[in-house]
Amino acid sequence: MNFTLKIWRQKNATDKGGLVTYNVENISPDSSFFEMLDVLNQQLIAKGEDPVSFDHDCREGICGTCSLYINGRPHGPLKGTTTCQLHMRSFRNGETIFVEPWRCGAFPVIKDLIVDRSAFDKIIQAGGYVSVNSGGIPDANTIPVPKSDADASFDAAACIGCGACVASCPNASAMLFVSAKVSHLALLPQGRVEAERRVQNMVAAMDSLGFGNCSNTYACEAECPKEITVANIARMNREFLAAKLFAEKEKQISFSL
Amino acid sequence: MDSSTRKRLSSITSKVIMALAGLFLVVFLVVHLGINLLLLADDGGRAFSAAAEFMGTNPVIRVFEVVLFGGFLLHMAFGVMVSFQNRASRPVRYQHKNRSETSPLSRYMFHSGIIVFIFLVLHFIDYYFIKIGLVAPPAGIAPHDFYHRSLVLFANKGYSGVYLISFLFLGFHLNHAVQAAFQTIGLNHSKYMDAIKVGSTLYAIVVAGGFMVIPFWFILFR
Repeated sequence: MNFTLKIWRQKNATDKGGLVTYNVENISPDSSFFEMLDVLNQQLIAKGEDPVSFDHDCREGICGTCSLYINGRPHGPLKGTTTCQLHMRSFRNGETIFVEPWRCGAFPVIKDLIVDRSAFDKIIQAGGYVSVNSGGIPDANTIPVPKSDADASFDAAACIGCGACVASCPNASAMLFVSAKVSHLALLPQGRVEAERRVQNMVAAMDSLGFGNCSNTYACEAECPKEITVANIARMNREFLAAKLFAEKEKQISFSL
Repeated sequence: MDSSTRKRLSSITSKVIMALAGLFLVVFLVVHLGINLLLLADDGGRAFSAAAEFMGTNPVIRVFEVVLFGGFLLHMAFGVMVSFQNRASRPVRYQHKNRSETSPLSRYMFHSGIIVFIFLVLHFIDYYFIKIGLVAPPAGIAPHDFYHRSLVLFANKGYSGVYLISFLFLGFHLNHAVQAAFQTIGLNHSKYMDAIKVGSTLYAIVVAGGFMVIPFWFILFR
């Protein structure tokens, strides 16, 4: 298969950048999108040009590192997949393919197609964890969890933090990511203890980093490679409102020597 | 977090205020539609005028008029605020148009809202400002005679056209708005969400369609 590629090239964070057109030929329909880019990069290296920089790690759809905005869709045209699991058979022979980095003020471009997603790490640092060690594996059924909660928690925990939700959102909102992280802990007894603090701190961190507001277009749900549902966003809104309105004041202890 | 961001209302709180104000307006629209449909009664405007008189004098309604204006202002102010924040959150835009499979109407809530707002301004000039005496009523019509004022307006094809377009966009706005408001205040449930979405669309069709029947009725039967 042959393709015309229009790829965003940007030397560094301060460079203005722009689309550059490349042609690749004799690509196997069974090669992945990254293997096709590898072929392109070999061509560029042979010509002494700077190869295209892009993020990738596991190449098996579980790490959340890959992040390409392909023909107007994060991770390309295939539903429920990451870019690394996208194959060239999903495109027409001779097709022109636009490849861009995630676009969001909170995800600045580092080089070419690589963006800095440490904003997500900051949100996790604000509360996306259980503070105390929850111990070894308990005997089965010592901590009962309703089946629907266990399922919903597991589905939310499938989030790999790739940022496709932010990339697809017309408002660059991070609500699907944050709500998945809030939900998977809030639904389980071990995460319940800190649920009120967690949701308030994580939402505050999200707001402070410059992500947009959710306007319920559900583009995030349509593009999420792990098919995280927007029911998590409603759950987070519920958790947030309940915490803001009904959480008891925490006792402040001041020490003086 | 620096102090400027800490003072900012949280994104969820802003959205919930917008949703609650919007749901209040959703209830108001039903009342307004009910009264407007009295225009269709073939009684020379007696029923409509009586309803307008009640709305204009009942003390509870008078208080709620202030609440209503507050609801509109809150909904619009927060709508504009979150829309500007949303635009600012993506300073460099994509070269390729987004192709994500979403309801197209949900992406243009700000735009449909602006069209409804423009209609609202016209509506204020045509009725409310005349009622409170800011604008002189057209010759031969008393400031409180909403019935004959409506007959004059709907006899004008241009006005009826603007009216129909405005309510078409209000319908688009409502179709997304009602179910989105439920989602925002956290009322998403695996059993009921489909029904809420269908209800939202039905509400939009009934309310926007109900208002749009009126100019058609005047064009066809009067």
